[in-house]
Amino acid sequence: MVAKPVFRTCGVTGLKIHDKAELLIKFNAVTAVVVLAVGGFFGLLVALTRWPSVHLLPADMFYLALTAHGIDILIVWCIFFEVALMYFASAVLLGSRLATPKMGWVAYGLMVLGAAITNWKVLEGNSSVMMTSYVPMQADPLFYVGLILFAVGALIACFIFLGTLVVAKAEKCYEGSIPLVTFGALVACIIAVYTIASGAIILIPTFLWSVGLISHIDPLMYKVVWWGMGHSSQQINVAAHIAVWYAIAAIVFGAKPLSEKVSRMAYLTYIFFLQIASAHHLLVEPGLSSSYKIFNTSYGMYLAVLGSMIHGLTVPGCIEAAQRKKGFNKGLFEWLRKAPWGNPAFSGMFLSLILFGFLGGISGVTMGVEQINIMIHNTIYVPGHFHGTVAVGTTLAFMALCFFLVPVLFRRELFLPGLAKLQPYLFGLGMGVFSLFMMGAGTLGVSRRHWDMAFSDAPHAFSYPPAAYLMMGIVGVSAVVAFVGGAIFVVVMVGTILFGKPMVTQPAAAAPSSPPPVASYGSADTFSVPGTFTLAMLFLTMFVLYYFVNWKYLASTWLLS
Amino acid sequence: MSIFPPKEKIWFNEPVEKAEVLWVGIALVWALIMFAMMPLWHLKGSQNMSNEAYRIQPDAYQAKVDAFVEKFKVGEEGKAKTPVVHPPAGSDVYLQARLWEWYPVLELEQGKSYRLHLSSLDWLHGFSLQPANINLEVHPGIDEVVTITPTTSGEFGIICNEYCGIGHHTMLGKIRVLAGK
Repeated sequence: MVAKPVFRTCGVTGLKIHDKAELLIKFNAVTAVVVLAVGGFFGLLVALTRWPSVHLLPADMFYLALTAHGIDILIVWCIFFEVALMYFASAVLLGSRLATPKMGWVAYGLMVLGAAITNWKVLEGNSSVMMTSYVPMQADPLFYVGLILFAVGALIACFIFLGTLVVAKAEKCYEGSIPLVTFGALVACIIAVYTIASGAIILIPTFLWSVGLISHIDPLMYKVVWWGMGHSSQQINVAAHIAVWYAIAAIVFGAKPLSEKVSRMAYLTYIFFLQIASAHHLLVEPGLSSSYKIFNTSYGMYLAVLGSMIHGLTVPGCIEAAQRKKGFNKGLFEWLRKAPWGNPAFSGMFLSLILFGFLGGISGVTMGVEQINIMIHNTIYVPGHFHGTVAVGTTLAFMALCFFLVPVLFRRELFLPGLAKLQPYLFGLGMGVFSLFMMGAGTLGVSRRHWDMAFSDAPHAFSYPPAAYLMMGIVGVSAVVAFVGGAIFVVVMVGTILFGKPMVTQPAAAAPSSPPPVASYGSADTFSVPGTFTLAMLFLTMFVLYYFVNWKYLASTWLLS
Repeated sequence: MSIFPPKEKIWFNEPVEKAEVLWVGIALVWALIMFAMMPLWHLKGSQNMSNEAYRIQPDAYQAKVDAFVEKFKVGEEGKAKTPVVHPPAGSDVYLQARLWEWYPVLELEQGKSYRLHLSSLDWLHGFSLQPANINLEVHPGIDEVVTITPTTSGEFGIICNEYCGIGHHTMLGKIRVLAGK
């Protein structure tokens, strides 16, 4: 028999926390923050090189830094944090023990080892192949080994999460269905299993090819399968950060979902309508038919987009309902005006919600149209889009959660709370402007992953319009602002852990443990969230306009068939 | 609350909020419109991906390019003395990508159609025609055929926008479009 698990009761939330789960959550989250700092620094170097009047790094270092930035942020930071989140959403939210904590340490060790090996190879300078590592360009064999080890670790963590759900059910830690946030984490976990499977299918042969055991990897097949990992992995992030939105809405406002059914069905669309989708990245590829591309990116009806649009209504909607219940009932937006904008957990979460929808969401769907992609593929519009999803969406949401979670887990007060208040605005708005102007420069044709937009060593001459240079300058400046925001986050987190004042257990300020329902279900005769609905209609209007403007723009270029 | 189990044991039995149903309906209609636009543009639009591509060995492609350049060469241009080729309207036009050049320089006529062949001799490259802003992926081993009709005239840069190693940013080609009569 295993030793009886030890629990403590959290003084802030009243949640029951398993000590072994808590330690694993702490290690995974802290490692994530350290990787964020490293990857963010590489990002700053990349941005300062693409800022035309600074042009900081030489070409080889630029491609190296860009590879490191992509791998550390898109893969390592996100996944480490998501592992912490999965453990939190299972063991802590269900008040259960964590299944096989020892395997948790094996997973953690493999992930650290894998990330370290891949970073080592990239920094050595012989694996500047970008995060996508498209064949026939070859990296050092250990580059692939590192990624594979990391993925194995992440897969183990997924199964620990699933195991914990089984344990919690068997040991009757909760009644009925799992909470919505745990449900979201479950969706993220299921997608992660698919994602890691796709990654294994392509990275293992690629490793064998890099050591000479396989003679040839077809570049087109590589891309089709690799993006089965690359695209789905971003859906892990989306599922996870939406769970974080719901969690923060619950923690800060005591909000309950408008309805469990709609929110959960929206989550399910991610599983059923997104898997085996990778053609978003292959829209201008030769050798694949248009019907495959169109079907694979939309499944005939864009239901995964529909899922995100639903969350876009239900997340602010549940906050509005909770605020109105508290009496912030004046007009359309009193609930939002009187929200705690000085609480970085809330401001970060809400900025993440808005920016993700308006920047990352709209641009992502638009560029995912087969024909419109002709104007966008591999321009700097693409990183503009995904900084609108991963940076201001996922990363900002995770940061927001940390402002709540780190003090609670480490039982220390937030270090430099004044700076912490500013953090979401600096990072969110800096990254928002950054993303917007990258997209602007992309529509002027500026290429991504490119060291020299002046083409000084090229055999011919070509110059981008002055507006493109101006926009890339704005991209550089806003990257610096966002970096300052990111640095403040790291300082506040590390400071809280090392120097934060020990927390005196106070009466639960955040969430009462058995709250009254804030939105009564099925309010058939009252239109209970008019503010949110107005925001949603505003979003839809912008979406429709932007979508058709792009068709119009496409119609003005050369004829292609 | 979202961090506690729902009130009903089976979440599917929980009631639904009116505003949500309305929004789901609106969003679904929009999703269907967005889907319909893609096949519709294939029928009615003039900017569509070609579905014509052939497997080809890089040296076989290179031989075709060399024959093409030999036949229609009208001059040389740029630091690397890249041949300039002026093919007749409506003909098959070959463009070759390799580390780190686009070969040859093409001279086309505005308003005329050409069957443009694209392929790479080594790694992946990105055909990014600027400022027309047409971006296509170029693979080794695949001969991709796109029918293009330039609607604007002047000098166009072909930027490589798929990262292809340390010389990637020097990979710049050219298409010149002569104004139509």
